Amino acid sequence: MTTTESTSYSARTALPAVEAVEVTRSYRLEGLSVDALRGVSLRIEAAEFVAVIGPSGSGKSTLMNLFGCLDRPTTGTLRVGGADVSALSDAALARLRNETIGFVFQSFQLLGRTSALDNVALPLVYRGVRRQERRRRAQQALAAVGLTHRAGHRPTQLSGGEQQRVAIARALVGEPRLLLADEPTGNLDSHTGAEVMGLFEQLNSERGVAVVVVTHDLDVAERAHRQVHVRDGLLERDQGGPRR
Amino acid sequence: MRGAEAFRVALDALRANRLRSLLTMIGVIIGVSAVVLLVAIGSGAKQEVEEQVEGLGANLIFVVPGRFEFGSAPSVSRLELEDIDLLGRVAGNPDAVAVTVSSGEPVTEGGEEAFATVAGTNETVPYVFDRPLARGEYFSEVDVETRRRVAVLGSTVAKTLFGDVDPLGRQVTISGVRFQVIGTFADVGSTFGVDRNAEVHVPVTAAQRLFGVDRIDALAVKAPSTEGIEVLQARLVEALEDKYEGEEFSAVTQTQILGTVGEILNLLTLVLAAIAAISLLVGGVGVSNIMLVSVRERTREIGLRKALGARQRDVLLQFLVEAILLTTVGGVIGIALGVGGSLLIDRFSPLPALIAWWSPVLAFAVSVGVGVFFGVAPARRAGRLDPVVALRTE
Repeated sequence: MTTTESTSYSARTALPAVEAVEVTRSYRLEGLSVDALRGVSLRIEAAEFVAVIGPSGSGKSTLMNLFGCLDRPTTGTLRVGGADVSALSDAALARLRNETIGFVFQSFQLLGRTSALDNVALPLVYRGVRRQERRRRAQQALAAVGLTHRAGHRPTQLSGGEQQRVAIARALVGEPRLLLADEPTGNLDSHTGAEVMGLFEQLNSERGVAVVVVTHDLDVAERAHRQVHVRDGLLERDQGGPRR
Repeated sequence: MRGAEAFRVALDALRANRLRSLLTMIGVIIGVSAVVLLVAIGSGAKQEVEEQVEGLGANLIFVVPGRFEFGSAPSVSRLELEDIDLLGRVAGNPDAVAVTVSSGEPVTEGGEEAFATVAGTNETVPYVFDRPLARGEYFSEVDVETRRRVAVLGSTVAKTLFGDVDPLGRQVTISGVRFQVIGTFADVGSTFGVDRNAEVHVPVTAAQRLFGVDRIDALAVKAPSTEGIEVLQARLVEALEDKYEGEEFSAVTQTQILGTVGEILNLLTLVLAAIAAISLLVGGVGVSNIMLVSVRERTREIGLRKALGARQRDVLLQFLVEAILLTTVGGVIGIALGVGGSLLIDRFSPLPALIAWWSPVLAFAVSVGVGVFFGVAPARRAGRLDPVVALRTE
C-alpha cells in the first residue's frame, strides 16, 4: 500500500492537515455490514493541493465525511488539524469543523432566502462573532472571490458559477486550514469549472490552505498537485506529492 | 449561537411561510381567545351575582325551613306570621324582621299583562332590604293587619302596565283580584337570572288569601352590625327549633351566600376555561405537527448548518425558538381578540364580562409554555440529525 508514511516530515514545521492511520468505516445497512473503507492510511500536509479520485461507491465520499469531521472512523486513528477525531464529543467536533474546515459542495448548499453576504457569514454565527464583524469579514471573503457587487443578491439571482464562488467565500470566511470540496465542478460547465479550480489554486498558493477536491473528472484532478485514487475502500494509487 | 440570532433566524423562517405560519397560529389564537373570553364571562357573572346579593342590604340573615343548600329541593314551610314577633324579640328589634311568601302571577291592567313575582311582605321591607321607592309609599303595619289590597310595583311591571302614565292610585288585577297601586320601586337595574324589577309587593296577609295559603316562605332579619352576627344566627335557629319541635331551620348570612355563590361560579369559570384549554391543546398539537414538517423540509439546511459548525443545541434552540415564536405571536393575537371580544360582549349583550388582570398574563404564559412543550420534540429531532445523512437528503 502506498502511503505518505515515508514522506519525510522533517521538512515541515506545521502539523499535517489530515493524518489517517489504518482508518476503516463500516455501516449497518438493513442488518448487513458494509465496509466503505477497509484500512486507509493517508497524510495530507498543510498547504497541499490534493485530488481524491474514484468511481462512485469507492469510499471517497466516506473519506471526505471523515476528513470533514462529519463522521468518526470505525477503527483506526484520524487526526484533523492535530485533533484525534475519535476522542472528541459531538460539540467539540462541531467546533473543529467550524474553526478548521471549509466545505464546498457539488450542489452549493446555499440558503435560498438569504443574501450572498449572509450566506457567507453563516459559519461565523456559530463562532459567536458579532453581526457587524461577521458582515465585514463576509465582505472581505466575497471580495476574495470577486463577488463584492453581488453581496445583496440571493442565490436564485446568481449564476451557477457565482453561486459556487459564494459557497467558496463561505468556506473561506472562517480562515480554515483545510478546504474540502466534494465534486465542486459537478454542476458547472467546463469553463466555469476551470474558473473555480483556478480559485482553489489561488487560495492554496496565496493563503496556504490545504485543499482536497473529490472528483471523478480527471481533467479537474490534473490541476491538483497530488492525485489519490480510491477503489473498493482502499487507496489504489497516490501520485505526485507536496509541492516544493 | 446567541438567542438574538436564533430569534432572527426563526422570524425569517416564519416569514418565508406566511400562510402556513398563520394557519398554524389560528389553533393557538382560537384557544387563547376562548380561554380569555370564557374566563371573562365567568368572572363577570360572579361579580354581577355578588353585587346583586350585596344589593339586598347589609348584615342580612335569611331564615328558611330545612337545610340551606344549593341544589336541594325547598322544604315544606311551617313558618307562620307569629314568627315575625318571635324573631323580632330574639333580634331585639321588631322592625328588623321581614317576611315573604311569593308566587309567580300574571298582573293585568287595561288589556296589558305582565308576569310578575308577587311577594307578600310586611312593612319593614324598605328598611330591612334597603329598597328605595321611586314614587308613592310602601304599605304600613295597619295595611298588613287589615289585609288591605294595595300593591307596590317594580319598575318593569309599572312600565309594562302603565307606560308613561302615573300608576299611583290606579288599579291592577292580580289573579283576578283588584289591588290599588300606592307606590313604585326605584329601578334596581337589570340583573342576572332574577329580575327584581319584575316584583310586585302586597301585604303578606292579602297575599296569603290570594294564594290560598297560611304559610310564609322565609324570614329575613337585619342584624345591627356584622359583629356578633353568628351568635344571632344561632339564636334565631334555636328559637324556631324550640317552637317547632323536630323541625330543622337554617339561617344564612349574606356573606355565606356570597361564599357559596362564589364557589359555584368559580367552578363554572374553571369548567369554561378547561373546555377552552382543550382547543388550546389541539392548537399545540398543530404547532408540533407543522414543526415536524418544517424540520423534514429543512433537513438539508440543518445538515449544512451542522457542517458549518452548528452544535446539536444550536439547531435545537433554533427550532424551539421558532415554535415558541409561533405560539407566542398566536397567544398575543388571541389575547387581543379575547379582551376585545369580552368588551364587546359586556357592552352589547346581556352577559356581563370582566377581564381579570391575571387572565391575559396567564394566557400569555400558557402560550409560551405550549410552544416549549410542543416544540421540544421536533426541535430535538432537528438537533439530532446526522449531518452526513441530512446533507444527502434531496
